Amino acid sequence: MTQALGGSDVVLRVEDLRVEFPSEDGVVHAVDGITYEVHSGRTLGIVGESGSGKTVSSLTTLGLTRRQGARVSGRILFEGQDLLTLPEERLRAIRGNEIAMIFQDPLSSLHPLYRVGAQLVEAVCAHRDVSRAKAREHAIELLDLVGIPDPARRVDAYPHEFSGGMRQRAMIAMALANEPKLLIADEPTTALDVTVQAQILALMERLQRELGMAIVFITHDLGVVAEMADEIAVMYAGRIVETASAARVFAAPEHPYTWGLLKSIPRLDAPREQELVPIPGAPPSLIRPPSGCHFHPRCPYAQPDHARVDPALASSLEGEPAADEPGHLVACLLHADVRRRLWRQLAAGDTPEQALVAVGPFQESA
Amino acid sequence: MTAYIVRRVLWGIALLVIVCALTFVLFRVFPTANPAQLRAGRSPQPKVIHEIERVLGLNKSLSTQFFDYVKNVFLHFNLGYSYYSDESVRSLISERLPATISLTLGAGVLWIVGGLGVGILSALRRHSLLDRLAMGGALVLVSAPEFWLGLIALFLFAQDIGQWRIFPGAGSYVGITSDPWQWFTSMIMPWFVLASGSAAVFARLMRGSLIETMGEDYIRTARAKGLAERRVVRHGVRSAINPIVTLFGLEIGTLLGGTVLIETVFNIPGVGRLAYDSITTADFSVIQGTVLLAAMFIIVANIVVDIAYAYLDPRVRYS
Repeated sequence: MTQALGGSDVVLRVEDLRVEFPSEDGVVHAVDGITYEVHSGRTLGIVGESGSGKTVSSLTTLGLTRRQGARVSGRILFEGQDLLTLPEERLRAIRGNEIAMIFQDPLSSLHPLYRVGAQLVEAVCAHRDVSRAKAREHAIELLDLVGIPDPARRVDAYPHEFSGGMRQRAMIAMALANEPKLLIADEPTTALDVTVQAQILALMERLQRELGMAIVFITHDLGVVAEMADEIAVMYAGRIVETASAARVFAAPEHPYTWGLLKSIPRLDAPREQELVPIPGAPPSLIRPPSGCHFHPRCPYAQPDHARVDPALASSLEGEPAADEPGHLVACLLHADVRRRLWRQLAAGDTPEQALVAVGPFQESA
Repeated sequence: MTAYIVRRVLWGIALLVIVCALTFVLFRVFPTANPAQLRAGRSPQPKVIHEIERVLGLNKSLSTQFFDYVKNVFLHFNLGYSYYSDESVRSLISERLPATISLTLGAGVLWIVGGLGVGILSALRRHSLLDRLAMGGALVLVSAPEFWLGLIALFLFAQDIGQWRIFPGAGSYVGITSDPWQWFTSMIMPWFVLASGSAAVFARLMRGSLIETMGEDYIRTARAKGLAERRVVRHGVRSAINPIVTLFGLEIGTLLGGTVLIETVFNIPGVGRLAYDSITTADFSVIQGTVLLAAMFIIVANIVVDIAYAYLDPRVRYS
């Protein structure tokens, strides 16, 4: 992940980002040292369960966790400047202008008492010195761009007069108002019907092609990420546990948590007898995260010392000459060879227990 | 919308008839002092009392009296005559209306501006010293009876009896046309005292409502758009104000009720004072007139509030 991919520019580089929230029960370690890059014209998919820190890390990028009393460390570099140290006023000039964000629930994310057009006009006028009439024209163009029929009339509608899909289109139009270089999409399709979901994803892909912006796509849905992402970062308990190109993550995932995510998606092409394998247990507490590898309490392959040793995010094939994708990083204490044998069994349809038996006893720790 | 307004107005008129009936039952059917006896002076001859009863129509059956009254009010806009002074109730009320209007309008402005302003500041600086002081003060004002606050205000600040002789005291009211400055200074204490309770209620409501809306997703969107914080707050206030508007219609009744006490404490010759005096003298047609006026005002205010609400919230308009 550290090197430029295909020569494209790094738009956003997040380095060792940590976000903590003091609470009455203790400090919540929402984001626990994550590093990633986003390249222009490409899409990074951040995948994880709710509470894995994916939303908090993105809100922090825009400085939106500041007033919640978050303690933040690390660096967020956008065009050479560290957004974390930028004063609020300078950051505000970047928000909605060079970095825009869309959210999960488009109904609650739009102001219910303002017309859609007025909300678009406001987004334009916040960053450009244009007349309201000009901004309104631009708003109509934007609604047209995102495929809202009859935009000249719809611009005066209220959000509740729009369908769910149209509301998300309007949100996207608002995010694109100032042609951002980076769009952060936080579960933009989760609240939508599947058919509408596909339309919104197609729209985002088209707009990315036309406008060349980078996208950070946050989701818990691997199916959506397969459609959208060029690179994928899998987050668990505030950390990135695996990151690679999208193709690589689906073809040769290395982390047991990624396996769990992949095995728990229903597939239309799988035989009906083949049962889904949910990941056992619940996401860990972020106030007192598990010792050692954070995933060990839920990992079917965990060894005794995994509760003590904290794995670092490292090249998946450390020390092996056949590293065909150097950008593939994984934070797992299992030996690379064991991981590959386990995945081969799982990919063939074994349950974790069957895979363990097939692979046989193995020496822990790479 | 027109059909809705017509329906509301018709209901309002029906409600006024019901208010008439309730007041009638309360002051005429339930045992009260006999107005004829009160008017006849000390130890009157029974035939004097009978004569007065005949003149005032008190010897007719209660139902006839009631229907005569309702007919006069709603068909001839005639509120009857005072049992006490023979003056028409309408002219009694209209003479005193300017004082009450000055009192309620001024207090209303203080109530809305003060209540909402303090509520907004408290919500935005939650847990600050200002917030704690404002909410503590609001709690005191909500709990304190207005007449007591009025007496305390006179005791502290009145020019005649006060500890700090700053404002004109009780009985200093003059009409705005005769001496605007005197009018203004004499109204300052009554305005503040009358507005205090309602303003305190609104400050607390506004604070709660704004804190809630400032946590909404669309506020996050407003910030993510890069709007200046002033505008973000405006988004919040715009939503937070809606539930408050509904309560405005209810609270206006409290304010009008307060005028009776405040006008009595500060000796302002208004409708509230008229109502108080007429109750002490069992002057039924005046009681009825003031009650009807207040009821009508509350009904109209509530209709206006409901129409305003439809205007403020587009979602109501369509459902």
